[in-house]
Amino acid sequence: MTGEIPSLIPVMPELILAIGAMVLLMLGVFQGDKSYGQVSNLSILLMAAAAVVLVTQVGGERQVTFGGMFISDSFAVFTKMLVLVGSVVALTMSGGFLKQHNIAKFEFPILITLATLGMMVMISANNMMTLYVGLELQSLSLYVLAAMNRDRTRSTEAGLKYFVLGALSSGMLLYGVSLVYGFAGTVDFDLLASTLKGDEAPAMGVVVGMVFLMAGLAFKVSAVPFHMWTPDVYEGSPTPVTAFFAAAPKVAALALFVRVMIGAFPGMASEWQQVIVFISIASMLVGAFIALVQTNIKRLMAYSSIGHVGYALVGLAAGTEAGIEALLVYVAIYLTMTLGTFGAILCMRRSNGMVEDISDLSGLSQSNLPLAIGIAIFMFSLAGIPLLAGFWGKWYVFLAAVEAGLIPLAIVGVLTSVVGAFYYIRIIKVMFFDDPAPAFEGGQGKSVSFVIGVAALINSPVSYFVLIAPLVTAAGWAAQSLLF
Amino acid sequence: MNFLIDNLLSLMMLAPLIGAGFIMFIRHQDKEIEKRNIRSVALFTTVVTFVMSIFLWIGFDSTSADFQFVERYRWVGDISYYVGVDGISMLFVVLTAFLMPIVVLASWESVEKRVKEYMIAFLLLETLMIGVFSALDIFLFYVFFEGGLIPMYLLIGVWGGVNRIYAAFKFFLYTLLGSVLMLVAVFYMYVETGTTDIPMLMNHHFDGDIQNWLWLAFFASFAVKMPMWPVHTWLPDAHVQAPTGGSVILAGVLLKMGGYGFLRFSLPMFPDATEHFAWLVFALSIIAIVYTSLVALVQEDIKKLIAYSSVAHMGFVTIGIFILNANGIEGAIFTMLSHGIVSGALFLCVGVIYDRLHTREISRYGGLAVNMKIYATIFVIFSMASVGLPGTSGFIGEFLVLNGSYAYDSWVAFGAATGVVLGAAYMLYLVRRLVFGELDKDDVKAMPDLSLREKIIFLPLLIVVFWMGIYPNSFLDPIHVSVENLIQTEFSSAAEHAEGVSTSAAAAR
Repeated sequence: MTGEIPSLIPVMPELILAIGAMVLLMLGVFQGDKSYGQVSNLSILLMAAAAVVLVTQVGGERQVTFGGMFISDSFAVFTKMLVLVGSVVALTMSGGFLKQHNIAKFEFPILITLATLGMMVMISANNMMTLYVGLELQSLSLYVLAAMNRDRTRSTEAGLKYFVLGALSSGMLLYGVSLVYGFAGTVDFDLLASTLKGDEAPAMGVVVGMVFLMAGLAFKVSAVPFHMWTPDVYEGSPTPVTAFFAAAPKVAALALFVRVMIGAFPGMASEWQQVIVFISIASMLVGAFIALVQTNIKRLMAYSSIGHVGYALVGLAAGTEAGIEALLVYVAIYLTMTLGTFGAILCMRRSNGMVEDISDLSGLSQSNLPLAIGIAIFMFSLAGIPLLAGFWGKWYVFLAAVEAGLIPLAIVGVLTSVVGAFYYIRIIKVMFFDDPAPAFEGGQGKSVSFVIGVAALINSPVSYFVLIAPLVTAAGWAAQSLLF
Repeated sequence: MNFLIDNLLSLMMLAPLIGAGFIMFIRHQDKEIEKRNIRSVALFTTVVTFVMSIFLWIGFDSTSADFQFVERYRWVGDISYYVGVDGISMLFVVLTAFLMPIVVLASWESVEKRVKEYMIAFLLLETLMIGVFSALDIFLFYVFFEGGLIPMYLLIGVWGGVNRIYAAFKFFLYTLLGSVLMLVAVFYMYVETGTTDIPMLMNHHFDGDIQNWLWLAFFASFAVKMPMWPVHTWLPDAHVQAPTGGSVILAGVLLKMGGYGFLRFSLPMFPDATEHFAWLVFALSIIAIVYTSLVALVQEDIKKLIAYSSVAHMGFVTIGIFILNANGIEGAIFTMLSHGIVSGALFLCVGVIYDRLHTREISRYGGLAVNMKIYATIFVIFSMASVGLPGTSGFIGEFLVLNGSYAYDSWVAFGAATGVVLGAAYMLYLVRRLVFGELDKDDVKAMPDLSLREKIIFLPLLIVVFWMGIYPNSFLDPIHVSVENLIQTEFSSAAEHAEGVSTSAAAAR
């Protein structure tokens, strides 16, 4: 180690967020709770600045810094952009809700910024240490966010559950890392990849360590069998927080999953592939079947997200460049669907407060047709029906699976998507075919309507002509930077 | 003008969309005027599309088996926007465009609530249906094929009858389940050949075992859509619960997608598997013909009866397709076209009396020949066309299919022929109960005969039924070359076999 200062260009966006978050924290402390609006706007600005710097200054070339611990490549740029979009959108949608519930505290935007920083570090991890630091920064912020509405039992319960189970998963992850380090002798992804290549079978300890590592990561992406926290946390957390959980951290955790599997263990594909296939199938099944009996829309979205993680993991299971590209297309589209849906859930407010039951949506097409059409677009898109963007995601992941010879996986996937279609179209049935319930009150602000509108447009058939081609090109560009 | 001809298919798909977009912005304080404007715009749009389809027919070169009116633009990756028609698909496009104005007119008074959304859904559906029949890229085909579920689901669910929700779900999930298996097959074909181009896929030869699996996957989708026994159960529910216009389109066009799919994919792409599995199709078809005809015989609900008769007719079509000779396939296509017109007309007939009495129970009617003379005449004509009376469109198709199947195997012909007998039985029984008999119910006595609007609806249908029955060549000519080409390239051995049988039969005579 020399005393030279490592190249700071690859970490510039992260530095902006880290320094900015601390400045904002000072601002908030000195100004008190009134400063929510100001801090929130500045956080959005910070993330926008990070995005601009990310695209213009860092760029998609492969750059490594801090002694190989931190990597930036086109894969990182693509997924970081998704994460930043997810965080910014979630933050813009939150204001109205937080003010109505008296939890518009300045810590909220700062925690989101810090969580975003954690996610970006995760995505750029090229070393188990960086991975863990990023993951924990993200997770700790998320635990607090879940319990944000601290006067409500449900919210604190969600936070506590998330924390306890999250700590357990971090423990498993660390245990896995220590095993890998013990048997392979390094925690650097590039070194691991070159060490574990070759024909001879890897040491048992490495395999066991990797499986523990995967268990920890599966928890973060809420894949079955480590999904138990998801419905409770989704239901208990304040809705804007749930919207945030469902979007950016999912993308980041999936990106990390890909980075670890493809970046650190490419030579052990035959070992991890079967594990991914298993958790993917299990997630698709659980996501499809347990969602059938849900009556709370946030819980339903939790199971739906479990199912969608299963679909996205199909791309990773394929383990090919086409598979990673498919996964990236999938998460990008999923991001827009889920943010739009949660925007719509934020509009479900009556005079006596927020409502969350699916039956509360009944007859929405007669009381608020634009919102009903928006939700209908999201539901058909989530179900993966052609004409909507969601179908492209499905097309690419299953195509990649078939290409990699995983035909049974593709068949299970498409069949569970039919089961999933049942509960998505049930929501449409409630909105369009049932008698109207009392109308929702407005007042969520223009930003929520704007998000719903844009997300609906992105998911509508318009996307077939305008958006899919550039998205696929970008995802291909991102996927080719991973080592193969 | 050249621009119009070169982009005719795209324009036909675009026109309903433009109409739908226009309807979206129609507003007026007076709700009645608003509704009238919406209906007029929808009618105008569908008529324009129909006129374009006539140009399509006129401009179509019947002597060529190639795809015509081809448009191709690169889209995403290997997928391209690629449309065109050949003899097999061209008339289906015309059929779709022909039925749409009639459907709009039929819904003129019977649909009163949410007229705007109703018309938008129908126009969107028209675009998708034309897309299915003209897509030459398998991805594009799949998008149109399955995308049609969305408007149809809403049409059944919002404007349907009492049990509409059950019917809408059953329709949606059944069809989706069938088509996702096809999707996996599409992936496999794409991976193996590296193209989604339908004409190129037709030229590719898949290995024997793989062909069987792919054939089965496509079969799952088309058999549900067709529908074939035993996956037909969604159809009676959907038909009964759908609004009149929805039933017409369902019977007239959506059911044809199954048969069209067999002709476009299963036969040319998996010829060996097609011959291998022909027995399965025959068995299912004959069961469908006999079983659903018997079921139709005991129905109390008019729409259900016609729905079951559709299943039986589709059994006829599948037999015609899989006997793999020119008569059979041409007869199958002709039967599909004829059934599209006739069953559509029959559903419209049901709609007429349903609008007056608001019940579909057969026993609530009777003696309509006394007080609704014109209606009774029209109903009897269409019933006869459904039975296959010579001189009507139904006869030609049935005759060709029976002729073709006799050349293939007399037992298959025997099975198919029982359908003709049973079909006559249930249709005549329906006519007797509905149109003839005593006019003893006061509310039935009070029913007025057809209005001018209703007469206008039935007139073109009547003309076409007789035209197809008396001079079928105008419809068979465009089909012929493409069918010959299909048989020549893929099934020459089978065709020779059939040829031999028919010559030996002739010699025996």
